[in-house]
Amino acid sequence: MEDIQWIVGLQGILVATIRLATPLIFSGIGLVIAEQAGVVNIGLEGIMLLGAFTGWTIGFYSGSLILGLAAVIIVGLISGLIFALFTVTIRANQIVVGVAFNMLGIGLSGFLYRTLFGREIGLLKLESFQSIEIPFLSNLPFIGKILFQQNILVYSSFVFCLLAIYVLYHTAAGLAIRSVGEHPRAADTMGINVFLVRYLCVLMSGVGAALGGAFLSIAYTNIFVENIVSGRGYITLAIVAFGRWKPVGTLIGALIFGLFYAIQLNLQSLRGIVIPYHVFQALPYFMTILALLSMRGRAIRPKALGKPYEPSA
Amino acid sequence: MLLSMEKINKIFPGNVVATNNVSLEVRQGEIHCLLGENGAGKTVLMNILYGMYQPDSGQIYYKGQPISIHSPKDSIENRIGMVHQHFMLVETLTVAENIILGQWKPWKNLKEMEKVHERIKNLGEEYGLFVNPNALIRELSVGEQQRVEILKALYRGTDLLILDEPTSVLTPQETVQLLNLLRGLADKGLTIIFITHKFEEVFQVSDRVTVLRDGQLVGTTDTAQTTFGELAKWMVGREVFMDLDRSKSNSKEVVLSVRGLQATDERGLLAVKDVSFDVHANEIVGIAGVSGNGQTELALGLAGLIEIKYDRLELCGQELKKITAKNLDRIGFGHIPEDRQGMGLILPFSVAENFILGEYNSEPYSHYGFLQNRQIINHAQLLVNKFSVRVSNVKEEITNLSGGNQQKVVVARELNRNPNFLLVNQPTRGIDIGATEFVYQQILKQRDAGSAVLLISTDLEEVFKLSDRVLVMFEGQIIGEVPPDREQIFKVGLMMAGKQVEEELA
Repeated sequence: MEDIQWIVGLQGILVATIRLATPLIFSGIGLVIAEQAGVVNIGLEGIMLLGAFTGWTIGFYSGSLILGLAAVIIVGLISGLIFALFTVTIRANQIVVGVAFNMLGIGLSGFLYRTLFGREIGLLKLESFQSIEIPFLSNLPFIGKILFQQNILVYSSFVFCLLAIYVLYHTAAGLAIRSVGEHPRAADTMGINVFLVRYLCVLMSGVGAALGGAFLSIAYTNIFVENIVSGRGYITLAIVAFGRWKPVGTLIGALIFGLFYAIQLNLQSLRGIVIPYHVFQALPYFMTILALLSMRGRAIRPKALGKPYEPSA
Repeated sequence: MLLSMEKINKIFPGNVVATNNVSLEVRQGEIHCLLGENGAGKTVLMNILYGMYQPDSGQIYYKGQPISIHSPKDSIENRIGMVHQHFMLVETLTVAENIILGQWKPWKNLKEMEKVHERIKNLGEEYGLFVNPNALIRELSVGEQQRVEILKALYRGTDLLILDEPTSVLTPQETVQLLNLLRGLADKGLTIIFITHKFEEVFQVSDRVTVLRDGQLVGTTDTAQTTFGELAKWMVGREVFMDLDRSKSNSKEVVLSVRGLQATDERGLLAVKDVSFDVHANEIVGIAGVSGNGQTELALGLAGLIEIKYDRLELCGQELKKITAKNLDRIGFGHIPEDRQGMGLILPFSVAENFILGEYNSEPYSHYGFLQNRQIINHAQLLVNKFSVRVSNVKEEITNLSGGNQQKVVVARELNRNPNFLLVNQPTRGIDIGATEFVYQQILKQRDAGSAVLLISTDLEEVFKLSDRVLVMFEGQIIGEVPPDREQIFKVGLMMAGKQVEEELA
């Protein structure tokens, strides 16, 4: 009897792990694509917040989550476009522009929410994405519930990851992206449009981040609260470094973070423990730092990462 | 006439005239040398042809048509290929991936790479350009990487191939191979433009030669109709005296003695393996070798800039347990580093400030922590005059000076301290003949004044011209010593390629 309880408990943690990893998979895979092309999008946190706000607001007013998602994608594209305009075309410092994005994201989402809905934070709810059971697979013992009874956005995040792997490593487009991140001038001499490649990749990271943020407000929960993203944009940067700028590594990093987040949620709900819950809340972030430390040594980041490309004249 | 560039003008920001009304005509199937010193505008002119730069004015005719080239994409479409001096290869990709980069439709699956491998092998056999299509670029030697660059052009179909200083990274043997290859390609109908500043190569390979100086066209001639002396005069604008006056070294006093030195490169791999040598006072010891055989690490190690291990190291009679900037300074050490812009100078600083880099915190340049500007300016003025650095104002940022004048500043600063031991690495890379002559004279002067000089260079001519003894470095080891005798150059070339000469001769 105790065994079964234990297994159900573990299953619950793993179900939550996948869900908690989803926003990071979206933002992380997007970031991998941008960084493979040589652009560090540090503005993820801000874009995620804008995504969370847009998805929830449009979903709430229209009553259609699909419409909300469409709006999220548009916001992601616009954010990416502006970020690329500053970092690729104007060649501004990517860190500075990213920090500006984050401040804008926090301020704008909070401001607009209060303007539209007053101060009833957390009271307004929408009908969030529900789990979709995949026939047959969802009946598999143990893992069926973990992998195949999730909502559409969870599945989409894995599809996003698979697509990124396919494009980056199995197509000529991927070759172009990787060469632009390694040696943009070489790519240029081979007739590749370095700017175009970087724009498209930054757009992808914008969409990834916006979807990741929206997941929090319209799928994981059904409310928008200020700063709902709570640092996940920054964690994404760490996870991508942990994953060595590769989609699979990043996926693993996101799942590890999700696991520790799920564990800390469980620990918080245990009764009779005297340790303040803040300690548990810090756990996933602390583990991220540990994971990063374990990856020290030869970094294999794209060589032109963070460097604006200046065509010769 | 395959190509005709007419009155090409290009002015860079800051009013730097790169090419001034330069015209160039290239015939179908010839090898055409573009000769000139560094900064003469050769590379700029070719980058314009390849679409890397846009000319301010001028017209290009190609295959009888006026064409405009806005990007490398346009030149590739016109079947023009270019092998840049700094290779345009992505190190983390394979040979085949580099070759098809940018040539395929974006959504094409990389599975179809098999056919590419096949074609690369066939091309390799046809032209004698063998490379493993599956190898990663970073695993290849410099010579092999160059072959990949040529293959890149041949693979996508090229009628006009531009090579920018292709021999600067090669051993003499590899150079001979390359020149033979180019001859073969030209015989098959390929037209080649060959940028160089070496006269010998002009005579070895070209049908015609065009000389540029200071961004202007000096002239074009059939190679068979001209002479070494005439080309030299065209190129420099005056007679060149590169034979250096020198006395024989006779000192027995050991200034630097190294035993069992080991150093690792930035990847942590052993780059210098158990190297031992002595440098005497009043002597220049040259270290020859193809770049990337441990010379950089040896130099950085001796300058105390990376950690090294050794069995024993003596400098000026003192055994050093550890090389630090402090004890080097005490003993009297001068360093002309390989990378003058990255290590020798601080580019945003003024000329005067660069002159006191090592002494900014000592009298008379600093008094209780306050910089003494008058002293600093006077000092700079003195050195500028003594070493004839061409600069209008010593307060000017050093980044505005030409490469040659920047190098003169480094040389002046280091020699002015009258070092007992002078470490010189690639002293004339990228500077003009005039400045080269000057740097040579100064280094010799320092030797005659009694300094021990260790000269590291990948330019064999330079090593032979300056050295009293030549050591050859290959894969982190010193594999032989030869006297600086012209007859030995070919032998040194073999050694640079890793051949033990004794067994060669046996």
